[in-house]
Parts: sequence; structure tokens; C-alpha cells
Amino acid sequence: MLRFALTLLLFTLAFGVLSSSPVFSDLILAKVDRRIDLTSQIVRITTSLKVENAGSNPISEILLSFPENQAKHLAYLTATLNEGKGKGKASSGAGLPTEVVIPKDVPDSLTFYSVSLHKGLGKGESLLLDVLAVFTHALEPFPEKISQADIQLLLFQDTAHFLSPYKVMVQSVAVKLPEARVESYTKLEGTKLSGSELKYSPFHNIPPFSYLPIIIHFENNQPFAVAEELVREIEISHWGNVQVTEHYNLFHGGAKNKGEFSRLDYQARPYVRGASAFRRLVARLPPRAHSVYYRDEIGNISTSSLWGDSKKVDVLQLSYFCSTELEIEPRYPLFGGWRTAFTIGYGLPLRDFLFESDGKRFLNFSFGSPINELVIDTLIVKVVLPEGSKDISASVPFPVKQWQETKFSHLDLVGRPVVVLEKNNVVPEHNEHFQVYYKFNSLSMLREPLMLIFGFFFLFVACIVYMHADLSISKSSASYLAKVQWEEVQATVQQIHNIISHCLTAHDKLEASLRDLSRTGDVQACKATRKSVDSLLKGVSKDLKPLVTFLQSSPQAAHILPKVEELIAKERDLQERLMAKHTTVVDCYEKKLGGREIENRIASNQQKITSLRQEVDDLMEFIDEI
Amino acid sequence: MAASSKPGSPRPPPSSSSSMAQDLFNNFSFSKTLKLKTKQQELLIRVTVLTLIYILAFITRLFSVLRYESMIHEFDPYFNYRTTLYLTKNGFAEFWNWFDSESWYPLGRIIGGTLYPGLMLTAAALYWVLRFLRFAVHIREVCVLTAPFFASNTTLVAYFFGKEIWDSGAGIVAAALIAICPGYISRSVAGSYDNEGVAIFALLLTFYLFVKAVNTGSLAWALASAFGYFYMVSAWGGYVFIINLVPLYVLVLLVTGRYSLRLYVAYNCMYVVGMLLAMQIRFVGFQHVQSGEHMAAMGVFFLLQVFFFLDWVRHLLSDAKLFEAFLRITVTGAVSVGAIALGVGTASGYISPWTGRFYSLLDPTYAKDHIPIIASVSEHQPTAWSSFMFDFHILLILFPAGLYFCFKRLSDATIFIVMYGLTSMYFAGVMVRLILVATPAVCLISAIAVSATVKNLTRLVRSQSQAVQSGSSKGASTAKSSSKGVIDNSQPFQRNGAILLLLGAFYLLTRYAIHCTWVTSEAYSSPSIVLAARGAHGNRVIFDDYREAYFWLRQNTPPDAKVMSWWDYGYQITAMGNRTVIVDNNTWNNTHIATVGRAMSSYEDEAYEIMRSLDVDYVLVVFGGVTGYSSDDINKFLWMVRIGGGVFPVIKEPDYLVNGEYRVDKGAAPKMLNCLMYKLSYYRFGELTTEYGKPPGFDRARGVEIGNKDIKLEYLEEAFTTQNWIVRIYKVKPPKNRW
Repeated sequence: MLRFALTLLLFTLAFGVLSSSPVFSDLILAKVDRRIDLTSQIVRITTSLKVENAGSNPISEILLSFPENQAKHLAYLTATLNEGKGKGKASSGAGLPTEVVIPKDVPDSLTFYSVSLHKGLGKGESLLLDVLAVFTHALEPFPEKISQADIQLLLFQDTAHFLSPYKVMVQSVAVKLPEARVESYTKLEGTKLSGSELKYSPFHNIPPFSYLPIIIHFENNQPFAVAEELVREIEISHWGNVQVTEHYNLFHGGAKNKGEFSRLDYQARPYVRGASAFRRLVARLPPRAHSVYYRDEIGNISTSSLWGDSKKVDVLQLSYFCSTELEIEPRYPLFGGWRTAFTIGYGLPLRDFLFESDGKRFLNFSFGSPINELVIDTLIVKVVLPEGSKDISASVPFPVKQWQETKFSHLDLVGRPVVVLEKNNVVPEHNEHFQVYYKFNSLSMLREPLMLIFGFFFLFVACIVYMHADLSISKSSASYLAKVQWEEVQATVQQIHNIISHCLTAHDKLEASLRDLSRTGDVQACKATRKSVDSLLKGVSKDLKPLVTFLQSSPQAAHILPKVEELIAKERDLQERLMAKHTTVVDCYEKKLGGREIENRIASNQQKITSLRQEVDDLMEFIDEI
Repeated sequence: MAASSKPGSPRPPPSSSSSMAQDLFNNFSFSKTLKLKTKQQELLIRVTVLTLIYILAFITRLFSVLRYESMIHEFDPYFNYRTTLYLTKNGFAEFWNWFDSESWYPLGRIIGGTLYPGLMLTAAALYWVLRFLRFAVHIREVCVLTAPFFASNTTLVAYFFGKEIWDSGAGIVAAALIAICPGYISRSVAGSYDNEGVAIFALLLTFYLFVKAVNTGSLAWALASAFGYFYMVSAWGGYVFIINLVPLYVLVLLVTGRYSLRLYVAYNCMYVVGMLLAMQIRFVGFQHVQSGEHMAAMGVFFLLQVFFFLDWVRHLLSDAKLFEAFLRITVTGAVSVGAIALGVGTASGYISPWTGRFYSLLDPTYAKDHIPIIASVSEHQPTAWSSFMFDFHILLILFPAGLYFCFKRLSDATIFIVMYGLTSMYFAGVMVRLILVATPAVCLISAIAVSATVKNLTRLVRSQSQAVQSGSSKGASTAKSSSKGVIDNSQPFQRNGAILLLLGAFYLLTRYAIHCTWVTSEAYSSPSIVLAARGAHGNRVIFDDYREAYFWLRQNTPPDAKVMSWWDYGYQITAMGNRTVIVDNNTWNNTHIATVGRAMSSYEDEAYEIMRSLDVDYVLVVFGGVTGYSSDDINKFLWMVRIGGGVFPVIKEPDYLVNGEYRVDKGAAPKMLNCLMYKLSYYRFGELTTEYGKPPGFDRARGVEIGNKDIKLEYLEEAFTTQNWIVRIYKVKPPKNRW
């Protein structure tokens, strides 16, 4: 309180000096209407001015002034010409350009903004101007520390008179409060409090630089969510996705919590014993947002819900309302002074945000945070462009700090160019679209998949080379030679195995022919088979000879040789017996003997054949395993 | 999913599909190259099966990520994660020299000298490699997936090990069994970023390389096993098992007369190089020559030299009598010199005696009587029979069968696996957590049983079918006589019996696969940071209170605040809360822990003195009375009393008990009702109705109405309580103004 008094004193002193100085300009403010909105933590002052030129020279700029304590909290200022005189509300077009100026002969404690008019205001002409000024941190909690059960009270101070370098003819002030409960307010003549609206009655003929302080002490339990720092990373992938990642560092900017936090009290009556705390935030994400996540440094936060409220489509403002609503709940309720940090991420379809003009691509994206009524002390927006983008430039509707970085992400060789925009004191009014222009060759999109493909390709090639190349250092060492020899032996044994298995299939063919014979009695066919098998087997035995000789000569094969020889011997035996059996059976058929007779004749042979076949099979299996 | 579809019958795919493929090739009559192709097919199938097992081992461990999220689990992994983070941020040198002032306040901890760095270095190396290959992964994901990745690698090692001791079939079965064995999965699910995750891989690798070295007598393999041992030493304190099992194995081989030059080369190289390498780990240091636990290895090393020397002398002396005399003198001399050296070393304190943990392994009752801090950990309890069944399932039955097969075909390798199996089974019985060490051995031995049985049975089935085929080739009339010759020497219904047994084996393996999948998804995938329960309507309710509290600490307390809690939560508070703790899970200083235990079990004013002397700003307790969460601080409280009482005799356990009974209701001991822990847990709990139809202050974890409902705190105030009251944080008030 003492501080206020001091500032007030200073002001009065300054104005005391000034009031004697000559009138600043010929402009007169015929009517000033101020509406102060205190319903949230953000203070919005809308002022409509009726400006008249009383002098003789045309005037092209209008000065707006703010006292120091407001100027440092000023986050957003816009002035628009109001041309629809009768209707009053229809502001036209974009705001007029405003900039900070320091005119001569004015007190240091005032900050001036000049609004430049498109065309000068001639003598005797008048115009309507709407000015919106948005302030952050302008509400001061009083008392500064409250306990869990207390309600939050705030102080707001301003001037009842419109502070201006010009003379004001008629002026009125209306203050909108969040709740009807007001602790105290400065009472002036004709002050009226009705419900949650406080009105200061019209003032007349206010001299320039007049300052009449008012202080309002009122209750406000709105969430005071302040992001100390918000880093938004917007990553463009030309494969069709814009990935947005927002890192919040949030605290409750209201009255600080003191004393215990009792979960019991909070649980029982959260809106009484915890009225000043907030437990959830609502973010309005752009339409068609997908893969939304919500986490912090130590993991996923499981308390959040997502609604795609496509039903809320308004015909007039289609694109605005067709959005996704995300309700997030921090891990714990935030009391005054408590902080939390979290990350929200979501993907958006690229075609909604990326456009092309004059051979350049540009991203059109909103600047601020999607969370409702959030004050951001420092906002850093990073736009990550695809690797290989060139000619990068950004256009933002208000002044920001700007520089470039590089970021390394998946499969990057030189890094992706990042446009960084930084702005302090950001309010929802800053949620305007900004553009980042760049050039990007579509062929570069293929670079990364190709890199992967080639990576794997070379990996496989390396494997193939390794498998086939002989990497042994010494070609003459004993072990190497032994290895080579052993491989040869293996190959030979394999060949023998193959040949024998051919023989065995030939045997099977013979058996099959005998079976056919017993069924059809066609002796000629049986004989033909016999002939073909005979010639086949003869060739086979010829093939076998060199292989066996090789094995005999090789020292490596010493321990397999007996088995192989046994196999060959057995197989030959089997072959002979089979032939004998075949001949017998065919003979019998030619002699037209009975089935029983045939059976008797071959019985002894048959038994041996079966057992031999068994042994050969066993040997084959053994050799196969070498 | 994949878990249940494949592993049940790991063996059949190669045999059945290879025969199928063979038929196919027969049909196409590539007769010239037919057999060569089969060989390659077999290789192809084996590689495919191994690849599938590799993938299976990885994905079956991802249940935890699917059920919860990609996060670090439990307690110790948080420390490992924190150190890995530090390592990747600050580099190796900083990590090695890190003095951590955030734990063990006011003592601090020399991290580099008191941890096994293998795990962190492995994860960091993976991270750096991935970064180098331009994959912008987060270190957390690397840490979460390290254990599954190494589990997959373990299956490969198991395959090669199985191939070495038996055959490739057994290897494949072993790989499949170990891929899904719950005993191993319990420590290697995604997120279980603990030493054991890589240590089991290192353990099995070392054993495999050593057996390979013994089998081949190759210096290269022995050297490789020394490096495997080095990796194991760097990763886990369980390396002591290797350094005792290997000498024991060598000793057994010596006694059974299987001494060979191969053994000599393998052991000497492995021991000497392994020991030198292990000394590079600061935490291990000179223990290999100074600690009693490592003396067996050194003794066997010298014994081997004596053996070799004797062998050489015998070679020189052709006279048997002379040699016998020489033998007697040398052996007596060597043994007495060894004994004297050991005695002098122990007496002078150069060789340290066995540690408590080692004793408690040999004597399960030791910890209970002497070291309460070891006994207080639930995973150090003796194993219940049911948890064997839970973790091994049919392997428990297959294990003895496998031992039978091993004894039937005794070789150096099978002796090793038998010894590994038997000793680790014993240790698994002593401590629950050592089931993990036994798992690879059990899987390998069971794989031998499965593989040998299935092989025998299939051979029976196949040979019979062939015989029948060739018999029937003569037509119905000749079948009788021809089949007689073959079936004569076999029992009737043998083939049917074999088929039946095969089906039975497959059924058992299928049950095993189902059991493993179920256990993995239901029991072993919970991160224990996030608790899940079923709500009244069957919906899933998540209790995320731990992280709520830790994050609150991280955000809303001064950065230099000191937090006192029971040591279980120390690692989590430092990792997630980023605040200094008094004690943590490292438990290296028993006195310090006892001080905290004493503070918890004292009256508030006495506790305040202790807390003031420790600079404590916040006290954190875990309380399950509202949710019915049973592993809270009240249930752990007796251990705090015991540990505190072990150092400070002021604290007496009987003071907290009534007739030897631990209770918190009206009948509880007065000291219990007024000690700090009780007050902090139940502060204002008496006003809360937890369950419909019960009086206020009804403790759901213990099912009683609490005895002291009117708790006033004088020196502390409630700072934060989580949504479900699981974690309660109190602020220690500054001392009162004297004026």
C-alpha cells in the first residue's frame, strides 16, 4: 500500500508541474468510454475515443499515454478505427500501426505510443478510435499470502480520469469484476456498484495529464496460470505431419499459499478449502489434432481427457470452432506459488498449415499457446524446418526477437534449420498467425529413406562378403590346410551320400514295379523298368569309384572311411539281393506260379533285404550328420 | 500373441518342416542336388527359428510398456538411470570421479568408486552408437529397452552354450526356454533397468566361453572368457558366483581325474587375465587378492600349477616309487604353504574375512540373526516352493530329467552344467532373487531333457514308419512276415506310445508357454511406481501417487532441501524428486540408516532433535491405509525398529509390540501409538471415512480402526499428501523463536 501512495505522490507532483505547461496539441477527445475487464488474471482495458481536431493543421498521429506502473505490464496494444458511427461496434479492418515514441516536454514516468492514421485528420473533422490494451501481472494479490481455505483477494489500481496529453470533454469508466464480492473500492462522486459491475459516472472537461487514482480490492478465484517459460517446437515433416511439442513451466501467479496443505480438507470440499487453487487447464488444439500426449520429465501424466468437439460447428466461424479440446490436469492441484512443468505434444495434418506461393513454401501457424487465459512470461517458438531448407524468413505481426539454430533429429547429417522467435509477456491476444517462408526441394524428402535403404543394403553386402571371403591370414598354416581338406572331404562324402540315395530311389522303383506286376501281371513293363534301373545303377558304380579313392588318399577322412566303405558294401549287397529277388519274381510270373509259391521262394531273400535296407538307412543318417 | 503361438513347441518346426520341404523337393525332383539343399535348409530353418526366438524374447518383455508406459521400474533402476543420465551428459571422466552430495546427506557418496559401471556404460554406449547412426533417441528409451535387448542376446548365448554341451537341437530348445522363462523375465522386462539385466547375459557368456575354452584348450577362447568375466565384474556383484564356481569345477575335474592341458590353459588364462582386468573396476579393486571370497580361485590356481609341475616331474622321472615320494613331499609342502599363507593373511588382516552377504548365502539363518538390513529386504528371503513353481513351471520337473541325461553322457561340459545347475539351485533356495542365477542353468539342463527325449521319440516314430512302409511294399500278404523281422526286438504299441509321449511333451511345452505369457503379463510387468487396481465397475484405476509426490518435491521445495524417508525410497527421491536424501537403497552405512530408523520410531520431540541434527527439511512417509496398499511404512516399521535398535539400544522392539503382536488399533503399545512414524502416517486420518459402513479412521491395509485418532503435530506440519494418500510429506518447522 505504501508503494502505491508513493507512486501516486510522484504522479501528482509530475502533473502539478505539467498542468502549467502549454496544451500539447490541438486535438480534443470529445468522448472517452473506458471499459475495464477484471474477470480473469489478464486485465483488458477497452477505450473508445472520439477524437476531434480543434486546430488548423491536419494531424496524422494520435498519442496514447500510460503511466509507468501500467506500461511495464502492457502486453498488447491495438488501435482500430471505428467507422460505423451509428452502430458503434463494427471495428473496421486491421489495427493501425502503433509504436513507442518519446515526445518532448513530457514527464519521464509516462510512456507514449503513437497511433498513425492512414490519412490525416483535417480541421474540424472527427473520428472514432477503439483502443484495446492488455496488461499482465497488473493485479496484485493482497494479502500476499493466504492459507488453503482463504479466498484470493486482489488489488487493482488505475486512474479514473483518462490519462492523455489531450483535453477530454466527457469520459466514463466501467469496471467488470468476476464476482459481486468487492472488499473495497475508491468511492468518488456518483460511483455505482451494481452486481459485479462498478461504474464511475461521467467526468467532464478533464485537463490533459489528469490522474485520479482509484483502487479496487476484490475477490478473484480464477486460475492464475502463468507460464514462466513456454517453448513451442513446431516440426515440419513433408511426409504430411506437423508435430507440435510444447514445454510448459507453469506456476500459480496469485496469492502465495502459506501453512499446511491438508489433503483431507481439499478432498472434502475442494471449492471451499482450495478455492484459489486450480486443478485443470483447458487447451484448444487446432482441428484434426492427433496423437496427443501429455507428460513431464518423470513420465506420463495419466489425468487428461480429449474431446474432438466437431459438433460445435458454427456456420459463420467454421474454422475457429471446429477444434479439439484437451483438458489437462497437473499431477497435483496448484496453489498460490506452486509450480509444475509438463509437456504437451500433438500432430497435425500438414496440408492445413503449409502453403505455397511464388515457388516458396510457407507455414501459417498460430503464435501463442492453445491454453485458455494463460499468461506467458517468455515464449519461445521454434520452427524446425526439414533438412535442406533454404532462404528462410519469418514474418510475425508484432515485434519479436529472432534467430536461427540447427537441430539434429533422426537421420540428420547437417541438421535441420530452426527459426527461433522469442517474445516476452504474451497473452491470448497474441494468438495470431505468423508465417515462416522457405524453399525446399521435394526430392530431398527421399534422402532419408534412401539413406536407410543403403545402410541396410551395405550391411547385407558386408555380411555376404564376410561369408564368402576367405579372411584367414596365413594360407599355408597347418590348420588352414586341414580345414580346406576337411571341407573337401565333407563335399565328397556328401556326393557319395547323394549317389547312394539315388540308388535307393532306384531300388524303390524296382519294388514298385514288382507291386505293379502283382496287380496287373504286366511282365513286359516290369522288365523294361528293370533294364532302365540296371543301366542307371551301372553308371552310379562308375561314379562312386573316384570318390572313394579320394577318400582313401585323404588323411582327414580316416575315421569316416570305414563307415563309407561299409555303406557302399551294404548297398551293393542289397542291390544284388534285390536283383535276385526281382529275377525270381519275374520268372515265377512268366511260369505262372501261384502267389504262395512266389512268396516261399523269395522269403529268405526278402528278410535280408529288409534288414539290409534298415542298416543302409542308418548308415545314411550317420553320414548325413557329418 | 506371438508369445503363445510359437515357443510351446520350439523343437518341432525344424524337423517337421524340413521333412515337408524335403517332400516338396522330391516332387520337383531336383534329384541331383537334393541332399545338399536339405543341409542348407536345416541351417536356414535354424537361423530363422533363432531369429524368431530373438525377437520373441524382446517383445514378450514389452508387456510393461504396453500396460503402463515406457518408464523405469522399481527402486534400484532409478539410481542406474540417474547415473546413466549423468554419464551421458558429463562424459566418462566426470562420471568416474563423481561425488554425489545428493544422497547420504551429510556424508555424500563417491559414485564412481561404489558402483558397478557395466550397466551404465553399456546403456551409454548403445545410446552413443544410436546417436552416431543418427537415431535421435532419448536416453530413457535406451535404458528402458536395455534389459530386453540383453535378454535377446542371452538367448543366442544359450543356443551356443546348449550346442556346446549337447547338440544344436538342445541349443535351440534352451534358447526358446530361456527366452520366456519367468525367472529371467522378472528381472529383464522393459524398464527393469538393473544390473541383473546385463549380468545374466555376461554370466552365461563367461560360462559358455570358459566351457568352450576347456573343450578346445584354445587360448583365444580362454581370453574371450576372461573378457566376459571382466564384463560381468563390471556389471554385477554376482560375479563372485563365477569366481567360486569355476575353481570348484576345476577342482572337481582334478579330483575325478579329468585333468588335461586344455583345462590348464583355460583356467590359468581366464583367471590371471580376468583377475587383472577385474582390478580395473574401482569398486572391486584388489579384492581378488585380498578378500576371503576370492581365495578359492587363487588356491585352485596354485593347485593347478602343482599339478602341472607334478606332471612334468613324472614325465622326467620314470621311476614310479621315486615319484610317489616326491608327490607326497610336494603336496604336503604346497598345502601347508597355502594354509600358512592364508592363516597369516587372515590374521594380519590383509585378507578380509567373508562378508555378511556371503555368510547369509551359505547359512540362510545368518542374516536373520546378525544383519537385519539384509533380512529386511523381501527379495532376500528364503524361496517358497510356490515361487519355484511360478518361475520355472515344468522346468522344475524337466531339470532332474536333464541331470539324468547329463550323467548318462558325462563330459567336461556336462559336468560343468551339472555343477552350475546344482549350486545355483541351492542358492536359489536360499534367496528369492537368486532364482535368476539358476534360471539359465535350469533352462539349459531342461533343454537337454526335452531335446534328448523328443529326438529319441521322433527317431522311434520315424524308423517304425519307414519299416512299415517297406514292409507293406510287398502287399498285404507279405506284410506279416516282413514286419516280424523288425518289430521282433521291440515292445508292442511302441510307436503309438512314442506318439503319445510326443504329444504329451508338446502339451507340456504349450502349457509352459501359456504360463510364461500369463506370468509376464500379470505379475512381472508392473513398474511398482504406478499401481493399478480394478475399480468397482471392473475398470482400471491407476494410482500414480509416487510420481505425484516426487514431482511435487521437485517443483515446490527449495533445491537444497533434505528429505528424510525410509531407505527404500531414497533412489526414487533423488532421481525423480531431484532432492537430497539422508539414506538410500545403497545401504552402505548401517549406522546412518539406524539413525533414520531411530528418528522414525522415537517420540516427536526426540525425533525432532535427530532431524535437526541431520538438517532435515521434509519427511516423506508411504501410507497405504486409504487404498489398502500393503507395502507401506507402517508394515515396514518393525524393521526400522530392529535396524534402529541394532545400533541404538534405546530403541527396543518389545516396546512396540503387545504380547509379541504388532498392532495399530486401540490395543497397540503406547510407544507405537505416539512414535513419529505412526503420527505421520495417521495424521488427520481419524477424520476420514475410508470405507462405507466402517468407522472413520479405518485402516484398509491392515483392516482395523486406528488406535490414536487425535494426532497433533508440534514440530512438523503437513506439506503435501497425494491424491490417494499413499505418499505424505511433512515439513520440519524451523526452531521456535526464543522471544
